[in-house]
Amino acid sequence: MEAFLKRLGSGRIIVADGAMGTMLQAAGMPVGASPESWMLENPDPVINVHRAYVEAGAELILTCTFGGNRTRLERGGLAERVVEINQQAVEIARKAADDKAYVAGDIGPLGQFLEPLGKMSFEQAVEIFKEQTTALFEAGVDLLYIETMSDLNELRAAIEAAKQTSTEVPICATMSFENHERTNMGVRPEQAAQMMLSMGVDAFGANCGATLEMTEKVVAKMHASFLEASLVVKPNAGKPHMEGRGVVYDATPRDMAEYAQKFAAMGARIIGGCCGSTPAHIAAIAQAFK
Amino acid sequence: MMSDILKQLHAAVIAGEREQANQLAAQALEAGIAPLTAIEEALSPGMQVVGERYESGEYFIPDLMMSAEAMKGAMAVFEPALMKRKEQRRVFGTVVIGTVEGDIHEIGKSLVATMLSAGGFEVHDLGVDVPVQKFIEKVREVDANVVGLSALLTTTMRNQETVIQTLKEAGLRQQVKVIIGGAPTSQGWAETIGADAYAENANEAVSVVKELLGVK
Repeated sequence: MEAFLKRLGSGRIIVADGAMGTMLQAAGMPVGASPESWMLENPDPVINVHRAYVEAGAELILTCTFGGNRTRLERGGLAERVVEINQQAVEIARKAADDKAYVAGDIGPLGQFLEPLGKMSFEQAVEIFKEQTTALFEAGVDLLYIETMSDLNELRAAIEAAKQTSTEVPICATMSFENHERTNMGVRPEQAAQMMLSMGVDAFGANCGATLEMTEKVVAKMHASFLEASLVVKPNAGKPHMEGRGVVYDATPRDMAEYAQKFAAMGARIIGGCCGSTPAHIAAIAQAFK
Repeated sequence: MMSDILKQLHAAVIAGEREQANQLAAQALEAGIAPLTAIEEALSPGMQVVGERYESGEYFIPDLMMSAEAMKGAMAVFEPALMKRKEQRRVFGTVVIGTVEGDIHEIGKSLVATMLSAGGFEVHDLGVDVPVQKFIEKVREVDANVVGLSALLTTTMRNQETVIQTLKEAGLRQQVKVIIGGAPTSQGWAETIGADAYAENANEAVSVVKELLGVK
């Protein structure tokens, strides 16, 4: 495959994968298990999910390491296995990618407030992220992918960690925007974009978040502020609602594909899905860009 | 007519200035203002404004937290004064709250606990990944009349139902109102599992719980 940054620069859309957690639950992961710890004993279901996305047309897949930082893992007594978990996740993803997709090392939030709201300092956050970014980088990812951030400082800590890990590794980063087109912590799309651009993030944007309509507004704001930027959009498959005793996300594959085209017209270069999206959603997005 | 000190205290809570609120509370007492008056005329209405601004998208989580801290800063002065006067702040109810078993999401639940506490409730926060039996024991121990259940995962939300079932089996369901929350949950889910209410955010949780208990 051509180098990731070269491909990104070509302007051709890179289709990314969809949800992992919900797919693993469907494959039998017990209630309450963290995907990272379950994967240690059950690598096959994780490989199968990755493969399903690659077969659907995803050219970029995220490792199963969203909660793979020390702060989150220690809640399950796995703090000493950060390196092992991240390495195994990269191996699994690499095997499934089979030279057809880029492997992105996934980095999620710490699940704790940084100072002044919480007790963790910025420097501590950088160290915790760095342990994970280093493990992912050394295991051979094609890029680092920071996602679902709400706090600008925490995002900055994660980017800082990625930069300290390697000056060469490409970095993508996305924040999660909720009501009023702000993150839970009140960050505006333009503010997030400005910061990520100034820190040298290669592609940035929005993931998860409230609704597809709102994601469209967020993307429009980022695009209007930085016309040349390569944007990343990985939204939920709409909003969840109850159907009987199960949760159903209301966006159909066709809905997702329609929005994907709108995002592409606004500078999005990496497009996939987050909560509630399935290989069918990703296949529809891939089809839209064939 | 509200005194200048109370006006300033009201403003300090809205601005989320803990130190200032703490000092103004002390000044209020020195000026002979009764602590209950200060709480009812400055602190509670201040938090009300904060909640409204959060709903309207003017304030976000950090603002809520800073204002709750400012309120705590003032209460640190008023609480000993209330004790001395053998008075009590009106407590609207006793809440047991936690994130259900298997789920380690903390931030939303803690925010609800903070806002309920600032809103005049006695709150017992059991933390995250709370086993069903711990909810039952705590409800008995503190004679709670509200149970708050948080779940952020489509799988763990089923444990909200388990807690409600177990409350029934323990004969405690009649004494408590159950409120649920968390990203994948909804009014529909609350109805499906027999919860009394759903709240979308920490501010709404306070008004919903007040409504459930019939307090104004």
